[in-house]
Amino acid sequence: MLSPIRPAILLTLAFTLICGIAYPLAITGIGQAALPATANGSPILRDGKIIGSSLVGQAVTLPGYFWPRPSATATTPYNAAASGGANYGPTDARLIARVREAVTSNGGAGTVPADAVTTSASGLDPHISPETAQLQVARVAEARGTPPAEIARLVADMTEGPWLGIFGEPRVNVLALNLALDAKTPLAR
Amino acid sequence: MTLSGWLQIFILLIIVLLLAKPLGLYMARVFSGERTWLDPVLGPLERGLLALAGPGAGREQGWLAYAWSVLWFAVSGFLALYALLRLQGLLPLNPQGFAGLAPDLAFNTAVSFVTNTNWQNYAGETTLSHFSQMAGLTVQNFLSAATGMAVAMAVTRAFSGSSGVVGNFWVDMTRATLYILMPLAILVALAFIAMGVPQTLEASFAATTLEGVQQTIATGPVASQEAIKQLGTNGGGFFNVNAAHPFENPTAFSNALNIVAMLSVSLALMYSFGQMVGNRRQGWALIAVTLVLLCAGIGAIYWAETAGNPLLHAVGVDAAQGNMEGKEVRFGQAMSALYAAVTTGLSNGGVNAMHAALTPLGGLVPMLLIQLGEVLPGGVGSGLYGMIVFAILAVFVAGLMVGRTPELLGKKIEAREMKLAMLAILILPLTILGFTAISAVMPLGTGSILSPGPHGLSEILYAYSSAAGNNGSAFAGLSGNTPWYNTTLGMAMLIGRFAYLVPVLAIAGSLASKPRIPPSSGTFPTDRPLFVGLLIGIILIMGGLQFFPALALGPLAEHFAMISGQSF
Repeated sequence: MLSPIRPAILLTLAFTLICGIAYPLAITGIGQAALPATANGSPILRDGKIIGSSLVGQAVTLPGYFWPRPSATATTPYNAAASGGANYGPTDARLIARVREAVTSNGGAGTVPADAVTTSASGLDPHISPETAQLQVARVAEARGTPPAEIARLVADMTEGPWLGIFGEPRVNVLALNLALDAKTPLAR
Repeated sequence: MTLSGWLQIFILLIIVLLLAKPLGLYMARVFSGERTWLDPVLGPLERGLLALAGPGAGREQGWLAYAWSVLWFAVSGFLALYALLRLQGLLPLNPQGFAGLAPDLAFNTAVSFVTNTNWQNYAGETTLSHFSQMAGLTVQNFLSAATGMAVAMAVTRAFSGSSGVVGNFWVDMTRATLYILMPLAILVALAFIAMGVPQTLEASFAATTLEGVQQTIATGPVASQEAIKQLGTNGGGFFNVNAAHPFENPTAFSNALNIVAMLSVSLALMYSFGQMVGNRRQGWALIAVTLVLLCAGIGAIYWAETAGNPLLHAVGVDAAQGNMEGKEVRFGQAMSALYAAVTTGLSNGGVNAMHAALTPLGGLVPMLLIQLGEVLPGGVGSGLYGMIVFAILAVFVAGLMVGRTPELLGKKIEAREMKLAMLAILILPLTILGFTAISAVMPLGTGSILSPGPHGLSEILYAYSSAAGNNGSAFAGLSGNTPWYNTTLGMAMLIGRFAYLVPVLAIAGSLASKPRIPPSSGTFPTDRPLFVGLLIGIILIMGGLQFFPALALGPLAEHFAMISGQSF
């Protein structure tokens, strides 16, 4: 009954060294040496400064940019130091009220794509659907003084299809799209 | 639902099925003590660890000695992790300077990882240092999984031999970790890094956004933890939102790898079982049971989520995308539904969409998959021995119908085994429904509810189901980080793990000393479609009916409220 105590303690300690120290440090070493960009969070540089991560969404509110989905992260939207979802149940009146408000601010005429007015799971969703991007073309075009057709073409160019044509959904990376916009027609501030 | 959505689901399931045989055969070799191609590297390490364990630590054990080893190993793992979490503030690799965890949260988290539950009452990136994540949580991700596999092998040997011994826990656990989990974890972790999952000792990096605002982006040694989190069906994420976080699961590709990694070991272990008891068809029969029920669950979630939330459609949301609240665009409905079903059919408990935000029926299914006993295919090891308990019950029912002594794989199932099997099976509903009932009538319990109405009951019911089933996913609206929930959920996890595991080992001990009788004309074959059907029925009746009243008050009531236009 008591004889397993010794192996229990000693093997817990030994495996802590193997699985808890050696394994993660070895993976860190290999990752940092072989794949530094992704191992460090896929940062995007512009003019030598980190402007974000290509995988993580960021809050954008200027009319000349495409906007990401609503975010429920703590304190501020797209708080990448504290991911979080809204976690309201589907019949929660606060969810319905919040979505109604978001639909209204999206124009309100007709229906709007679901991803444009709902919060993501992580609060950091870097993507919007192509439909949601199209919905914003007119606003962006007006703010930038660019023909809408030109903006719409850029959105189409920046739309990514499913991986191998099968896995995942068509989507637009908002930060990548906005950087492409800036590269094409710098935003007058 | 779309054709391409179903195609994604079926391709991934087929990949997992194709892996079942080679991986299952390899694991059977590992647990039979045969040589593998990793022996030259790992052999010396294995022998060193067993020498460290002490002279005679590798001797064959009867079930009781095996059970004591499991329990003491869990106690020692718990104490190490609890101490580490409490002392976090004094330990190295703590770039954010996080303080130690409060006693109740440290208790909950330590129990959670030792029992392979990995419920997160903490938010990883704002609570835990890298040292806690690596030397604490990652270690138990390996060891709790290896413990489950070891126990499953003890049960397997009860069928294959008749010498009364069930193997040696220290050997099984060490071999599971070194030969199976570690090599796979290294491969998967490196693949994750290539796909965009960070692996760094930095805590975060600062970005200046397009609009000139400072954004602090949390990173860390994510890939190494993510890999074993899936392979060991642990499910505790590095970040608060688990595999919905773009750093834990950046792309559809990484999502596919997540699903294959978490599903393949448990499913392949069923094949190993068939191989080791000398009846491969038995392994395939268990896999068939799993896949039938799992596919039904996937289909139900996928259907409910693409149908969407009529309350939102009524305020102007286009129904085309389905219910997108709490989901990520890159995964969409098919990959979110698949993940939700697989993570709960397994006792994984990681999520790539917020289960609290699923439609009522879409949220009922993950809850039910947990309540069915975590056997579809369940956690690594724990799913296999859970399934065997159901199989014992199924042959008993079949025996009652034809009036013969039931037998499973040549071992007579008698009163002692049946009593122990029923004891194990009743632990889950008793714990789940008992704690839920108490929490639903006490302010201590109801005070943590986020969404009112029937959903509030669902939040509580899901929490205890997840804890007792050692799953770890959540209707995360519930504020679980309170002394009441930290303590009672911790207790539910302990009961769900060890009050289940000990009777199962006792069954193994009892069967291990029985002779293996050759099949006769009166034997009910347990590797044929008839048995598959019977076993499915038993799982649904035992798991499903006991929870139906509670599910009717929670998700079903919410569903009917939703379609009649009512919100709360």
